Amino acid sequence: MAATRRRTVIGHFVHVLVLVLFPPLLLGVIGKTKAWFAGRKGPPLLQPYLDVWKLLHKGAVYSRTTTWVFRVAPAISLGALWTAGLLLPLGAGPAPLAFNGDVIAFAYVLALSRFFTMAAALDTGSSFEGMGASREAAFAALAEPALFIALAIICIPAASVSFGGAFAALPWTDWGAAHPDILVAVLVIFLVLLAENSRIPVDDPTTHLELTMIHEVMVLDDGGPDLAFILYGSSVKMFLFAAIVTELVLPISSGGSWLGVLALCGGTLAVAVLVGMVESSMARLRLVRVPQLLVGAAVVAAVGLVALFFRGQS
Amino acid sequence: MTLLLLTLAPALGGLLALAFKDVRAHLGILLAVSSLHLATAWALWFVAAPPLGDLLALDLPGHLFLTITSVLFFGVALYAIPYVLHATHDPKAAPRIFVPCLLWFLAAMTLVTTSQHLAVMWAGVEATTLASAPLIYFYRRKAALEATWKYLVICSVGIALALLGTFFLGNAVAGVGEGAASLNLVDLLRLAPHMTRAWLKLAFIMALIGYGTKMGLAPMHTWLPDTHSQAPSPVSALLSGALLNCAFLGVLRFYQVVLAAGDAEFAKTLFLVFGFASIGIAAAFMVGQRDYKRLFAYSSVENMGVLAVGVGLGGAATFGAMLHAVNHSLCKGALFLLAGNVLRAYGTTTAADVRGVLRRLPFTGVLLTAGFLAIGGAPPFGPFMSEFVIFQSATQGSQLVLAVLFIVLLAIAFLGMANVLLPMLQGEAPADSPPSHEPILSLVTPLVLCIAVLILGVYIPQPLSDVLHQTAELFGGAHG
Amino acid sequence: MANQADLILLLLIMVDLFMLATTRIAAAVRASAVQGLLLALLPLALSAHGSTSHLAHAGLISGGTLALKAILIPWLLMRALHKVAIYREVEPFVSQHISLLLGAVVVGVAFWSSAHLPALPGNAPALLVPVSLATVLIGFLIIVTRKKMITQVVGYLVMENGIFVFGMSLAREMPVVVEFGILLDVLVGVFVFGIVIYQISAAFDHMDADVLSELKD
Repeated sequence: MAATRRRTVIGHFVHVLVLVLFPPLLLGVIGKTKAWFAGRKGPPLLQPYLDVWKLLHKGAVYSRTTTWVFRVAPAISLGALWTAGLLLPLGAGPAPLAFNGDVIAFAYVLALSRFFTMAAALDTGSSFEGMGASREAAFAALAEPALFIALAIICIPAASVSFGGAFAALPWTDWGAAHPDILVAVLVIFLVLLAENSRIPVDDPTTHLELTMIHEVMVLDDGGPDLAFILYGSSVKMFLFAAIVTELVLPISSGGSWLGVLALCGGTLAVAVLVGMVESSMARLRLVRVPQLLVGAAVVAAVGLVALFFRGQS
Repeated sequence: MTLLLLTLAPALGGLLALAFKDVRAHLGILLAVSSLHLATAWALWFVAAPPLGDLLALDLPGHLFLTITSVLFFGVALYAIPYVLHATHDPKAAPRIFVPCLLWFLAAMTLVTTSQHLAVMWAGVEATTLASAPLIYFYRRKAALEATWKYLVICSVGIALALLGTFFLGNAVAGVGEGAASLNLVDLLRLAPHMTRAWLKLAFIMALIGYGTKMGLAPMHTWLPDTHSQAPSPVSALLSGALLNCAFLGVLRFYQVVLAAGDAEFAKTLFLVFGFASIGIAAAFMVGQRDYKRLFAYSSVENMGVLAVGVGLGGAATFGAMLHAVNHSLCKGALFLLAGNVLRAYGTTTAADVRGVLRRLPFTGVLLTAGFLAIGGAPPFGPFMSEFVIFQSATQGSQLVLAVLFIVLLAIAFLGMANVLLPMLQGEAPADSPPSHEPILSLVTPLVLCIAVLILGVYIPQPLSDVLHQTAELFGGAHG
Repeated sequence: MANQADLILLLLIMVDLFMLATTRIAAAVRASAVQGLLLALLPLALSAHGSTSHLAHAGLISGGTLALKAILIPWLLMRALHKVAIYREVEPFVSQHISLLLGAVVVGVAFWSSAHLPALPGNAPALLVPVSLATVLIGFLIIVTRKKMITQVVGYLVMENGIFVFGMSLAREMPVVVEFGILLDVLVGVFVFGIVIYQISAAFDHMDADVLSELKD
């Protein structure tokens, strides 16, 4: 009994460690991948860590038009993202806050983080940031059904609304063959990853033109520790989605072991490389085409779900 | 072997024709192949041909339609001689692929009529579309290109649906038992009572819609007026007189299987629905039609509707439908060829610009009058007999509403046609028109065809009557 | 293994939806090549547990499909595309959003009607009938909602692919000759389509099918 409790405590500890320390590495890997494709050397792998460190030591300037919402939003946003991270199993045993229904809670905690970012953007009273907030709202509204349907494809055969139960029920012995709908779910969640984390083809994170920005424009007025939280938070969000994709592809059981954690970290790095490759090989879609992409993702996910039911019936 | 040769000979003839540049060589090959084909088709009535595996065999309906096709093709080949020679003076025409495509067209239609395997039949129907498409834009007008594109797309989609229907039927058969699956007609008829009903019905519906598109049944007929009016007249004659029949045969093969399975009622209802829709829509568009070739095209739609109604009513009406198939082919072939004569003399297909045909082209005019009366259903011509048989069968079967509707719609069509053709025939020719001559060869075929239609209206030779009765029995005409 | 076949079929539907949603004609043509590849894999997946003769039969069909549908026909279409130099579909009759949603509805209809049809004889994969029906309907949708003629030809190919998938359920019973005959017909069809498109582009200024509306009553 004590042994299992100790193992659980260690597992939680490792989980929190990975959640807090690992994510910025993903941003570094994406940058390196893109640089490699472009034939450059690129920024060092640990650059995001250095950026966060640098920003934490700077002061922030607050506009007179902003209220407490603006000051509080980055912290709440990051807190929500960390909470979502505590809901998701990361290969070191069951998640610290796992419960029945945590899949839905996960989506809505992410929504909470998004809401405060948008509220802060509107709070500044700047038209650019308001435009970014409206775009964010529109695209998130379209991405959410896609995400839910894709998660439904995973959860329904497992008859569990918890990440732990859903991942444990995945058929690992005959991966692609026994459950081809998983492939659909992986593809759709990857597309949602690109959308939610403002990656090409949805949004160009390196653009300088405010009119073409979505996420970046919402944080134009943030500086110092606030910007640090936001930058770090974006890496955590990326890590969470990458972790879901990884755990659908690799058999990282929630049983917990060092191997599981390492596999997860390796898998998320691979996803980051994939994101880098996608960013290097495509251009950003015209803004009117992004809703079509997201609706298409939702339709594909729906088809996968229908196919799942159909196969279950016959 | 003979049957395979019947298909291969025109195909090889077409390839051979490509080797020659001189149009007269082409015409020679055309004449040779078509007379050979006709002779063989006739001879096969007296000497049976051995089937080729389970792919090709000549049963009665197939032979009937093959003979009609062969006769019409020979007549059109004769007509084509002055036609093509005249067309070589037109810089926009493309005579080089005309004869080869005509021959490949004949080969494809032969394949359809001699096939016993439904997938081979499908391939034949698809081949007819592909072989006839280049014939339509013989004169490279923009309108002809438009007609060709519509023809290709709509008919290809229809034939694709027919293929799906063929596969549905295959599944219906496979459901009978292990190793039962076959698309050979004889096997299908034998296994029909045990087939999975749902797949069988779906197969028939798909085949009716798919092959019905090729046949010109409304509402899938939209390609027909454009195509048959834009194509050169000999091609229109073949399309209306031979191809539509072959497509009808496609539908009838599926109907045979449905009959053998005992599910005739639902199929007959569908035939009646599509048939009356075709007659009605065609009649509506024939009234006030401005282009006389389009008029004849809509008349083809109407007559295909009559065929569908005949089969849909069953009994004696099926015999009427078979007789009407013969009558319509002969008559419509003649009409389109005559229209070609008129077009050459007047240079326009707009009916309002044509006047005084009886004076300017006397032989053509007389034949045109006869043809119009015939296709309109006036006695003593053949179509009157066949349509009367259908009408009579409807009244005797106490389907009075259908009978009355039938007569009314046919009358409207007749009046519409009269409205367009009679002013063309009568009156004075335009003063500035040059004197026109009527080459013998452009008159022989329409003359013979019209005489044949006249004879059939008065007296049906016993052998023909027997063949038609037996064919009708295969398609549900139990009491001939 | 039926499940690998299910995977191929699911990928097929996804390619269908992609072809419905894209406005770049070249992308649609390449996607049809991908479809051809998937179609070539299907007979092998379906007969993986059959006898050697079945496997040989499947191999022949697979090879023929690969050569024709994945290589030759897309090549013909790309050549026609380069000749007329039209690369983008202008706004089609219905907007992309509605196209995509119609596609979703159509897929739903296909699945629903398949659930009400009697099961296929033999051990065909469960997704075969709905995917084939959905593909046929999506091909039909492409033909009806697009203006460019080459896209209409692509739609026709998608329809034929759907029917081919359905024909796979009869693969064992159909003689190889017949299968090849059907493939050949499609090839020649596309060839003729291409020639006509070229003629039309020479005669007209642009390649919209809706310019072909002179002939009417």
